[in-house]
Amino acid sequence: MGKKKTPAINSSSTADIAFLLLCYFLMTTTMGSQTGLARRLPPMPNPNEKVEDQKINRRNIIIVRISSSDRILVGSEQIDITLLKDKVKEFLANPNDDPNMPDKEMKLIEGWGKTVPVSKGVISLQNDRGTSYKAYIAVQNELVRAVNELRNEFAMANFGKTYARLSEDEQDWVKKAVPQIISEAEPMDVKASR
Amino acid sequence: MSKFGGSNNKKDVPGISSGSLSDIVFMLLFFFMVTTQMRETENKVQVTVPEASEAVKLDRKDLACYINIGTPIRSLQAQYGTDARIQLNDSFKTKDDIRDFVASEREAMSEGDRPLMTVCIRADQDVRMGIVVDVKQELRRCSATKIMYSTRKPAE
Repeated sequence: MGKKKTPAINSSSTADIAFLLLCYFLMTTTMGSQTGLARRLPPMPNPNEKVEDQKINRRNIIIVRISSSDRILVGSEQIDITLLKDKVKEFLANPNDDPNMPDKEMKLIEGWGKTVPVSKGVISLQNDRGTSYKAYIAVQNELVRAVNELRNEFAMANFGKTYARLSEDEQDWVKKAVPQIISEAEPMDVKASR
Repeated sequence: MSKFGGSNNKKDVPGISSGSLSDIVFMLLFFFMVTTQMRETENKVQVTVPEASEAVKLDRKDLACYINIGTPIRSLQAQYGTDARIQLNDSFKTKDDIRDFVASEREAMSEGDRPLMTVCIRADQDVRMGIVVDVKQELRRCSATKIMYSTRKPAE
């Protein structure tokens, strides 16, 4: 009796098996990452404690309202969404030291060791229950855009680079110098403007 | 001389080996397994998130939990109507259930990650802010203050 050779295992079907697995993963998984606008909500005030009025100087606050018919009001004047970004930028930067716009505070940026004027401006965003989510996000986006552009300008002036190209530390400093303070106020009804 | 196609030596064309085909497919498989993540829940509400050009990436996907807000999908509209509803995990819930939902999501995370938990609000662009405000207030009440409005990049 001669020795028989063991026959090779037919491997042509492994490809089919792998294809099946591949199809399974393609169907059950999602690609791409979530993107969005990150926010931090203020903590709920303790009902036992007396609510103390946060004293923010009138000049340091800009009130952006969105009415139930998606109209945008800055202070008391109605404004188009395309103009909102520049309005907010002007408010936060206050280039001419207008007494009606937020004052600045000289602040030492830790780690960097430079003292820069930091605006005290606060954006207060108010909306109505009937405001559409789309309009709300559009306004939020414009506000973030205003801050991002200011950060970019600051980075350009101080580091000669755009904000995105700075190192992590430098980005932190710029964030401290140009803070993004958007207060999402308690819900309230915004009167529709006439 | 016979290398270049002598007319008299006919050779059989060798069959293409398909042994490496499975390797290629496996490589594809691993690529997809690494780059994608499991779809956790089935959508029961229609959500088209609004556009925002300044959107940033969610940095820790494993620390996010999702609240979907929108109108029920067509096949469920007969049962649930067309009003905007909140979906947590796999079922419709009211805003009072958010507290339990957040608590259970928190419970599932490790101790150190809990303060980093992000609640991703995936709301349809046509919902009214009323329901979103309710959700936000409820989140504040259970001190899940790190939130994210889910958006998409605008099409160029």
